[in-house]
Amino acid sequence: MYDKVKVFIGLAIFVVAALSIVGYNMSVGDKDGFRTDGKPGPEKPAGHEKCVKETAYMQTSHMVLLNKWRDEVIREGKRELVETVGGEMVEKSLQNGCLSCHVSKIKFCDRCHEYANVKPYCWDCHLAPVETPASKEAH
Amino acid sequence: MKVLRPIIAVSLLILVGGVLGLSQGTQMLVGVILPSIAFLVFIVGFIRKVLDWSKSPVPFKIPTTCGQAKSLDFIKADRFDCPDSKSDVIVRMFLEVFLFRSLFRNTKAEMHDGPKITYGANLWLWLFGILFHYSFLTVVIRHMRLFTEPVLPGLGFLEFMDGFVQIGAPVLYQSDLIFLGCVVALFVRRLISPQVKYISLGSDYFPLLLIFAIGATGMLMRHYFRVDVVAIKQLTMGMVTLNWTNPGNIHPVFFIHVVLVSTLMMYFPFSKLMHMGGIFFSPTRNMANNSRAVRYINPWNDPNIKPHSYAGYEDEFREFMVDADIPVDKPLPPKAAEPEEAKED
Repeated sequence: MYDKVKVFIGLAIFVVAALSIVGYNMSVGDKDGFRTDGKPGPEKPAGHEKCVKETAYMQTSHMVLLNKWRDEVIREGKRELVETVGGEMVEKSLQNGCLSCHVSKIKFCDRCHEYANVKPYCWDCHLAPVETPASKEAH
Repeated sequence: MKVLRPIIAVSLLILVGGVLGLSQGTQMLVGVILPSIAFLVFIVGFIRKVLDWSKSPVPFKIPTTCGQAKSLDFIKADRFDCPDSKSDVIVRMFLEVFLFRSLFRNTKAEMHDGPKITYGANLWLWLFGILFHYSFLTVVIRHMRLFTEPVLPGLGFLEFMDGFVQIGAPVLYQSDLIFLGCVVALFVRRLISPQVKYISLGSDYFPLLLIFAIGATGMLMRHYFRVDVVAIKQLTMGMVTLNWTNPGNIHPVFFIHVVLVSTLMMYFPFSKLMHMGGIFFSPTRNMANNSRAVRYINPWNDPNIKPHSYAGYEDEFREFMVDADIPVDKPLPPKAAEPEEAKED
């Protein structure tokens, strides 16, 4: 074998880079227990059963709906109420609609967003709801 | 058509991933077990290939010299195109690995009326190549959000910068577009240029098609099918922490994506993609052009055969050389026994 030292340094960099993710996960510990129970578990709102679309749709595509609402409300002035799957009427609004049921951003939005490292720019304009100390502690 | 078989191969892989991704039973096989094996094949195959290369001797000093070598003091040497020392070689390798300098130096000769020949810079290959590699790197690093919990610090910033234009929701990443655009450009280049098409083989088309399919399924997952990222992260986190789990309700397109990526990882060590490690083993790049200043010893040399200098050669054959009237550096010692014979010379 030629250039043993250089080859081993190069291979060591390669192996460390390739396995660093496994090492990282082991070293940081299981924050929030996501890794063992495997669910970020957003808090369901009390007293409301159905959202404006089916759960499966909301889980994957709520951002599309919110984007559409944003365009309709801000750009086209269409502020009519939206009917939920359960028949309730809600405002087409993030703060007055979504957050009227899902009262906590930290316990609802942030749970999955932090898990999936999604940083939506909703809160660039919208004011995040004031969370009570209790809800912050629970997080 | 050499391009036909790679197209069939990638289509079959997509089909396999789609079919096996449909049922809950086989999802674990293609979603967790296959990529785990593929990752091991990638690591072990890569190391074996590098060790194999490190055992291959380089008999001669063969750096490509693309500029003036170090010479007399008043002649300006081109340090990085004709490196003379180890530090010059390191700079040359750095520019090669990070900036693809040898592609940047590409020129194209054209005949014009006259006849007159002109040489011009031809940077398309360099441009698409470097954009492709760096956007691929960005995409790979971005994926680490699915393999780390809590998410690696800095990934949020990277995603923010990558989605800077904030088009749509979920936001469009620039790196995705550049990545796919460059793969298409590199593929089309092989088809439209007759010279390049002539030297292109199935093993050139296959990785491009495979990588295109990977990028396309990735973008489809994000923007068209909008798969459940939380469910996917549960699966991927289970994979890297060896708590294998299938949360269910994952769209089959995810499994197509994973089958294609697994194929890429397993194909990697046995293909041209090994240029990732091979670039460091290129004697035409990693050697200094200083064979006149520093003796280069061929590793093939038999250690039992000692170097034989001219002085030693003359010592051995002086008598015969003098006999044959060949001029010698050192005359024969005068011989006491036959003085008249020596005088004749």
